[in-house]
Amino acid sequence: MSILIDKNTKVLVQGITGKEGSFHAQQMIDYGTKVVGGVTPGKGGQTHLGVPVFNTVEEAVKATGADASIVFVPAPFAADATSEAIEAGLKVVCCITEGVPINDMVPVRAQAIEAGCRLVGPNCPGLITPGECKIGIMPGNIFSSGPVGLISRSGTLTYQAVDALTRAGFGQSTCVGIGGDPILGTYFKDCLPHFAKDEKTKMVVLIGEIGGSAEEEAAALVKELGIPAVAMIAGRTAPPGKQMGHAGAIVSGSAGTAAAKVKAFEDAGVAVPETMQGLIEEVTKLLGAPVAN
Amino acid sequence: MIIHEYQGKELLREMGVPIPGGKVAQTPEEAGKIAGELGTKVAVKAQVHVGGRGKAGGIKLAGSAEEAVAKAKEIIGMDIKGLTVHKVLVEEAIDIETELYLGITLDRARGTHVIMFSTEGGVDIEEVAEKTPEKIVKVAVDPRRGLLDHHIRKVCYAFDMSKENRKALGVFVKTLYKLYMAKDCSIAEINPLVVTKDGRMLAADAKVNFDGNALYRHPELEAMAEISEEDPLEVKAKEMGLAYVRLDGEVGIIGNGAGLVMGTLDEVNRVGGKPANFLDVGGGASAKVVTNSLSLVLSDPNVKGVLFNIFGGITRGDEVAKGIVEGTKVLNIDKPLVIRLSGTNEEEGRKILSDAGIETAATMEEAAEKIVALTRN
Repeated sequence: MSILIDKNTKVLVQGITGKEGSFHAQQMIDYGTKVVGGVTPGKGGQTHLGVPVFNTVEEAVKATGADASIVFVPAPFAADATSEAIEAGLKVVCCITEGVPINDMVPVRAQAIEAGCRLVGPNCPGLITPGECKIGIMPGNIFSSGPVGLISRSGTLTYQAVDALTRAGFGQSTCVGIGGDPILGTYFKDCLPHFAKDEKTKMVVLIGEIGGSAEEEAAALVKELGIPAVAMIAGRTAPPGKQMGHAGAIVSGSAGTAAAKVKAFEDAGVAVPETMQGLIEEVTKLLGAPVAN
Repeated sequence: MIIHEYQGKELLREMGVPIPGGKVAQTPEEAGKIAGELGTKVAVKAQVHVGGRGKAGGIKLAGSAEEAVAKAKEIIGMDIKGLTVHKVLVEEAIDIETELYLGITLDRARGTHVIMFSTEGGVDIEEVAEKTPEKIVKVAVDPRRGLLDHHIRKVCYAFDMSKENRKALGVFVKTLYKLYMAKDCSIAEINPLVVTKDGRMLAADAKVNFDGNALYRHPELEAMAEISEEDPLEVKAKEMGLAYVRLDGEVGIIGNGAGLVMGTLDEVNRVGGKPANFLDVGGGASAKVVTNSLSLVLSDPNVKGVLFNIFGGITRGDEVAKGIVEGTKVLNIDKPLVIRLSGTNEEEGRKILSDAGIETAATMEEAAEKIVALTRN
């Protein structure tokens, strides 16, 4: 079991003939993801990386029966491509692109909610159900299958945490990189109910950072759902008013501080370790020592 | 991107929003000339990219052109929270009856734009939100239908107000929203929005920031960017396409991915060091980008040593290692470096580094401890 995606998920790659799209589509195929086709306007009818290319998402869905898509389209056109995928009826759409204007994404997020589409991103590493399906740009080899669900606003920090979990013997059910922009299709709170229902997931790791209030909302929901969880917050020592790389990682006035996020989690009974070693200790407390397989 | 009050007001004026008469000056003489032309009592206001200038003495009133020259002399060159004042806005002083607040920004939690209006203007809106939240009305705008008349009514009928003021406020809401959308603002705020003793509604201040991701479609805004206001190293980083923020410590930090770099800053602090900067090389960095990053971080004279924290996904460890080795050769580095390299091609990368005699660490924690020990003296 897993959430959102599994070995049967059929994936389209939008922007498959571009440099990034091409590279990561191949990586996804090598990982075992069922990539059934690609979309590049003007290149319909061609075959790329062994899969058919279409001019529109609608055509691609008709021909392949795809149910998910990953978007590698450049920032000025990414929101439109994402909107096209939602309109074509896909249930999971993941926008990897960084630098999408906020005003472009706000209506697309609303469209996704109305269509019941799980939009992930933009500016995110994607999602992965280890051993089954990777819709993203993360290095597949560090992931392993197991009981930990993971949700994160940061790509590389996720890799670091996953690597530590895997090395300690704790595999993952599904990992969702929700992205670092101020406006996102999926927040922690959107993933938690899925993990709570999933039989394989025994606990959740949440990796947050400064800016916004997604962590505070997540903390309240963790408590409500009663799902065992551990959280980490990056940017505890970041100065206010400075954007730390991610467009969404900024403490504005008194809003979005690490201290408020840590407090929200601790009030909800969720431990917030400061190091990877601390993370493994907390996971071990919740799950017991890992069983060798 | 941040702009000055006078630039924000210029944008408002273009949209037809009433603002006090005035102009920007770079010298006390110019300020005096503007005051003379206005022929009224004036306010001389420091133009600087930081809040709280009033409290810092950056706003002064002047009754005559001569006095305006004197006040401008005091303000130009003044230091406000580490920034030097280069320009002042000289504008007609207004007799204020009421101070209101009007702002539009993104409500991240709801994923919509939100209009905020309060009868408590002239103070920090966050303070109002905390102490008297009942004095703020927030109206979310459905992004796909845009601003509708009923949104404006919700703002205008939220508090007791005269018919004339309600009508004027409605126009302000409509125009500010138009500006916010047309220029891809991240915030458009008028604080205070004043009602004068003679019954006019005016934008007495303007805070307009833009979404950096959308600047590519607004070449007209480029001219408004004031590089002199920014840290020279941050300007250089921008030209190199690097996400760099200067901090005030002595441990240079370079990593890949915003979250990982933030995590590294936290870790260096935890073990007793102070980071000199945030630098994210981004995904898939080439050796050249790594060399450039190293050169940039080392050009900060406060830096005593540099910590690299790389967890390779699309970034390759061997490529990073090559960039570091190349950097040590070209830059003649006499400061300690500690490299933590994991992920894609980590073995190859570590070999390149150890062959060049560069210190590596297995984990972020170990790397942070090493660099802090090496830079402590």
